[in-house]
Amino acid sequence: MIHDIVHRYPHFLEVVYDFTVWFVSLFRRWLKPGGVTERFFVWFERITKGPMFHCQMCGQCVLHSTGMACPMTCPKNLRNGPCGGVRSNGHCEVLPEMKCVWVQAWEGARRMPTYGYELLMITPPHNWRLANSSSWLNMMTGRDQEHPRGWVTNHDDALALKPYFYATVEEGKS
Amino acid sequence: MSSQIKYRTESRLERVLRNGRFAVTAELNPPDSANPDDVYRAAIVLSQVCDGINAVDASGANVHMSSVAICALLTRAGYEPVYQVAARDRNRIAIQGDLLGAAAMGVRNVLFITGDDVANGDQPQAKRVFDMDSIQLLRMARIMRDEGVFLSGRKITTPPRLFLGAAANPFAPPYEWRPLRLAKKIAAGAEFIQTQYCFDTPRFSAYMQRVRDLGLHEKVFILVGVGPLRSARTAEFMRNKVPGVVIPDAIVDRLKKTPKKRQKAEGKKIAIEIIQQVKEIEGVAGVHVMAYRQEELVAEIIEEAGLLPRPYRKGVIPAAIPTHSRQERIV
Repeated sequence: MIHDIVHRYPHFLEVVYDFTVWFVSLFRRWLKPGGVTERFFVWFERITKGPMFHCQMCGQCVLHSTGMACPMTCPKNLRNGPCGGVRSNGHCEVLPEMKCVWVQAWEGARRMPTYGYELLMITPPHNWRLANSSSWLNMMTGRDQEHPRGWVTNHDDALALKPYFYATVEEGKS
Repeated sequence: MSSQIKYRTESRLERVLRNGRFAVTAELNPPDSANPDDVYRAAIVLSQVCDGINAVDASGANVHMSSVAICALLTRAGYEPVYQVAARDRNRIAIQGDLLGAAAMGVRNVLFITGDDVANGDQPQAKRVFDMDSIQLLRMARIMRDEGVFLSGRKITTPPRLFLGAAANPFAPPYEWRPLRLAKKIAAGAEFIQTQYCFDTPRFSAYMQRVRDLGLHEKVFILVGVGPLRSARTAEFMRNKVPGVVIPDAIVDRLKKTPKKRQKAEGKKIAIEIIQQVKEIEGVAGVHVMAYRQEELVAEIIEEAGLLPRPYRKGVIPAAIPTHSRQERIV
């Protein structure tokens, strides 16, 4: 219910995301992983992001890079886009009654002027140790940016495609 | 001229592609058996007609002989396998180890795919792994080869020199995203692409137009998936049951109108026509022929499509001796 309503307004969610980052950063000094604070945050994320995004508490939130569709709700846990099994009606290969998470991500990203193009960037492998922890805390402490030591981050190709991405959005409108 | 071409691996497939020759790869159907001869019997038919043999990784999430083992058998006899790795069954620790092992056994090509879901296979009760997705795996293999380190940063003494491939499905939504997703795969490390079955050539042409607009056809070699439909019933089954396969009504109707006895021949004819159509599209570097348990048919299609003889075969035609049978006799 709430999930379907909020996804009609991806740009609004983008603004909410920015606000959340700002708001949580105010308390940066008191935010320490573990203990009561973390438990409160986990609970709070569960009751807010749960109904809104069907959040799976992966602890490494990338919603703003995936058109505000939670990639962990994809049965294959893909974090970089759709598999080749998407049905012609845009539904999931595994759960035929569910709309493909990535079809929703694509529609959302195209209506997100700030972060939409981040869909083109390569999302690093998920850190499964962060499962069931608070992604907001992990964001503040930088834990969610701790990628495997050998991993190479390079977004040049994605950034080069940014104008093309938004041009196709304009094309779609006209 | 050819001395100026820079090869990244010892792959014959890479050699064919970088020299601008139209490449052909084919899929080997993995046996439900522990007999190596079952692999060799299929491989000997394919080896004469293609530049690389794909060893599929539990296609459709059904158990068969593992792809790494098939590759080991194939390299032993001098064939050129394409090692398929599905994200579905193994985590990053297993896959990195297998990449080293495969390269050690002489495998030169690897293809990373997401993999059909467990739910569609013969053992839907199994646990899904999906530790990393296909794009992350590509990047990981690229790091292992070019940086010479594992994902952990630990050094690899001899890095695996693998020609890196990925799959693409231009026929599944969201259609507008597909060319951009290809760009992402290239950024992650893909050097060649094998597509899903192509039956809808107009849609594929439109996809390739976008690919050319983005200049991607110059950064990656695209091999188009082609295969024969055995009958009208098979066509119906494939489009309803096999995820990601799109067959236009026109093709199904054409098979339906053909008398039952001649449907197999008609299916082959359609496959050859599609090869000839996609061959003319700018940016297409080859075809990938797939046919479930019909290796002879694959050979006929490649021959009749005028794609023989295959280049760069001097001294590489395998002896194809099923060594195991001999050993059994000795024992």
